[in-house]
Amino acid sequence: MSLRLFELMLTAAGYTVAISAAAIAIGLAIGILVCAAKLSPRLWLRWPAIVFVSFFRGVPLLVQLLLIYNLLPSLGIAVPSLVAALIGLSLCTAAYQAENLRGGFISVPRGLLEAADMAGLSPWQQFRRIRAPIALRLTVPALVNEAILILKASSLISVVGVVELTRMAQNLSASTYRPLLFYSVAGGLYLAINWIVAAGGSVGERVLRRGRLS
Amino acid sequence: MTFDVSVIVAALPEVLAGLEVTLGIWLAAMVFGALGGFGVAASRRFGPKPLGILLGSIVNVLRGTPFLVQIFLLYFGGPFIGLKLDPIPAGLIGLSAYAAANFSEIFRAGFAAIPLGHIEAAQCVGLTQAEIVRRIMVPEMTMLVLPQCVNMAVVLVKETAVLSIIAVPEAMAVISALGSQQYAFVESLFLLALIYWSLVELCSWAGRGAESRLSKYRFS
Repeated sequence: MSLRLFELMLTAAGYTVAISAAAIAIGLAIGILVCAAKLSPRLWLRWPAIVFVSFFRGVPLLVQLLLIYNLLPSLGIAVPSLVAALIGLSLCTAAYQAENLRGGFISVPRGLLEAADMAGLSPWQQFRRIRAPIALRLTVPALVNEAILILKASSLISVVGVVELTRMAQNLSASTYRPLLFYSVAGGLYLAINWIVAAGGSVGERVLRRGRLS
Repeated sequence: MTFDVSVIVAALPEVLAGLEVTLGIWLAAMVFGALGGFGVAASRRFGPKPLGILLGSIVNVLRGTPFLVQIFLLYFGGPFIGLKLDPIPAGLIGLSAYAAANFSEIFRAGFAAIPLGHIEAAQCVGLTQAEIVRRIMVPEMTMLVLPQCVNMAVVLVKETAVLSIIAVPEAMAVISALGSQQYAFVESLFLLALIYWSLVELCSWAGRGAESRLSKYRFS
């Protein structure tokens, strides 16, 4: 493989990373809202959140992507395939991240909240100083895991025509008749990216653990 | 957008055949994946070290790369090394390997979570290694890994949709092809979403049922 082709693959890997990072960030923002709705005591907030999470975790991402890609134009909203792909990835990861966050919030030890009550902290203070920090810290490993899942799942947006790593490997192996080479290189690049994310995640976890009692 | 149900009814045999392929590949990949994954996890724990390292790196590659890339490599790259497969066998082999890699990690964590004291106690009363695995480790592990196995079943049924990309005639391929022939592509995707959604919900419901029925065997 010439250097020129490898450069193309690397650039495409960059797109994969950028799209996945954007989807994770947007998904986290939506996920926080969905998590809040799901933990809400109000039924009309909780129900839509439950259906949202169940739908986006229960339907294959490929179906979601094709649905969004084809549904938006038929509703009269013309979006480029990249935007449709980003919406699909973000909504899907939002559902998973909402569940992860909810898991963090419900694992905050009750004793801590009772102690905070006794110490006279207002509900907002309890949220800001006790619940949120502990829940977020508990969610970090799941967030890293989700980032790796989305990096891998982003290969599916090749189907709606976004030229990221998998699509680039597809194009190059079609034009050179060397699928073994290009899909292996693509696989190697995904592995390298995921390895870096996992390593970064464990460093982050160690930093967060600093100054913790347990 | 009007959805003509008669389209689906007229093509019912095809749709059912597609669903059959989806369910068949799903169940086969679950069985092969669970058995293979257990074999890999057991070899990594009890086998010679070089084998463990080899299996460990294969598992890492299968878990660290997208399933779509794996299936492309197998289906389009395979013929170049004399491995020419039809779509269904390629899909089945690819999904089973992917499942085995993920199951092996579930079982590895399961093995590691068995309290050491239980194994030591079994050794003290004179059970052989094989008996310890069969009578202590596997039963205790079953409870521990059940939720993750249900989760894996859900992941796998969703991954079968990816096989439509290499033209495996499963539900996604069949129904979306019908949809585009009839200019009802979006509707066919909604139908697919409903089918997968119900399969996934059914699966998690069954998993919850199994969990609560088996919970009496929980040791902690």
